[in-house]
Amino acid sequence: MNDQIREVVAAYGRLPVDVSGLNDDDDLYRAGLTSHASVNVMLALEDAFDIEFPERLLRRQTFESISAISEAIDQIRQVA
Amino acid sequence: MSTVSSSPSPNPPPSSDQLAEIAGRIASTVAGPAAADVDKHSRFPNETFDALRAERMLSVLIPREQGGAGARITDVALAVEALGEHCASSAMIYAMHQIQVASIVRHGHTDWLREYTEQVAASELLLASATTEEGIGGDVRSSICAVEHDGDKFHLFKKAPVISYGLYSDAILATARRTVDSPPNDQSMVLVPRLEGTLERKSEWDALGFRGTCSDGFWLNADGVVAQVFADSYGDISAQTMLPTSHITWASVWLGISTGAVDKARQVVRKDARKAVGSTPPAAVRLADLVATLEQFRSLVHGAAADYEAICDDPEALSAMGFAIRMNSLKVSASNLVVDIVGRAMSICGIAGYLQRTPVSLGRSLRDAYGAALMVNNDRLLDASAQMLLVHKGDR
Repeated sequence: MNDQIREVVAAYGRLPVDVSGLNDDDDLYRAGLTSHASVNVMLALEDAFDIEFPERLLRRQTFESISAISEAIDQIRQVA
Repeated sequence: MSTVSSSPSPNPPPSSDQLAEIAGRIASTVAGPAAADVDKHSRFPNETFDALRAERMLSVLIPREQGGAGARITDVALAVEALGEHCASSAMIYAMHQIQVASIVRHGHTDWLREYTEQVAASELLLASATTEEGIGGDVRSSICAVEHDGDKFHLFKKAPVISYGLYSDAILATARRTVDSPPNDQSMVLVPRLEGTLERKSEWDALGFRGTCSDGFWLNADGVVAQVFADSYGDISAQTMLPTSHITWASVWLGISTGAVDKARQVVRKDARKAVGSTPPAAVRLADLVATLEQFRSLVHGAAADYEAICDDPEALSAMGFAIRMNSLKVSASNLVVDIVGRAMSICGIAGYLQRTPVSLGRSLRDAYGAALMVNNDRLLDASAQMLLVHKGDR
């Protein structure tokens, strides 16, 4: 799943660095993810994983790292 | 850390529920009488801030154990509103200062910053902010300048097109990229005490309204220790504290301006009514309609302040997208309402309101009101909300 997340972040995160150079736990905001771009990442993730982020997950921390995104997706799938 | 020589105020800190009353008294006896002169000369309202300091009103948001009043944000908002009824510049300076105090209280976790917070309370220091920067196009979540680390020291140079009341402040909270290698949005906030040479004035504030805020442009040059840098990222400080306290206290300024304008409209209608007792003056219906809008405005601002207060210790809830949209909407609605209300008050007051030197002159309020939509431009906020609404489902 993390590879698929990486693809989305690479395509929509508009990071000034190469996503393949980031660890799963690296802070995406520190890597240059803006709040504008994070919205596009969310939209693309919803599409890629056929999920909807509920209100409680729509916050900065959810998209802080590849692994945080992965945990969030797991949570959503468990509830569904 | 530098110590400040001014002697501590003799008064004990006020209690939270006294703030509106104290501010109201200072507004009508000090800020109001000076407002026209402050506006005319675009000068800092010294007398208002001397009076606020004497009542220990600058440190009210600081917890009691650190020397402040431990006031609630809702009470601070009421104090801002009371000042705004009589002098919008004083109210705006007071509001902007409180945003900085809220940030240092909630996010100033280093020993240095904690000690400085106590200094703010002990000496009633005035805090300013340098968030905008030349070249960033008004996006305060992006910096060009950077905190240049050198061991446990740092250097910061920032070209700030606006630092409100910079020359009258004791310290400035400035944003910058976290390190020289950080991308533009990876920002830190640094507390810079204003020393000789910290600020070099580059432009003068000569604006249509809020003339007393003295929002000149500066080059900021600072050296210090890294403990002056906030540990929390500016992204978190902004979302959890600066965004809600800014929009709530600014909206309170505008609500104060509106209340003051409606009061003038009331005076005019009452005077007309006394001239022809028994018949309702034509403007009375307009006044009734205007008061309904003012009530709507008041509920909007007080409701948002109460909602923020309820979750202000819950970083998760504060970081939620729904809350950010709510706060952006508050700012946009409030900044439009103030223009609407002052304009309608003017049409009730008629030529007396249009004239510059009558007791019901509204020129200054109208000029101040138009600033509301521009300080953090509504278009920028609506654009941010529009982005978030692409994923936000509307449940709260």
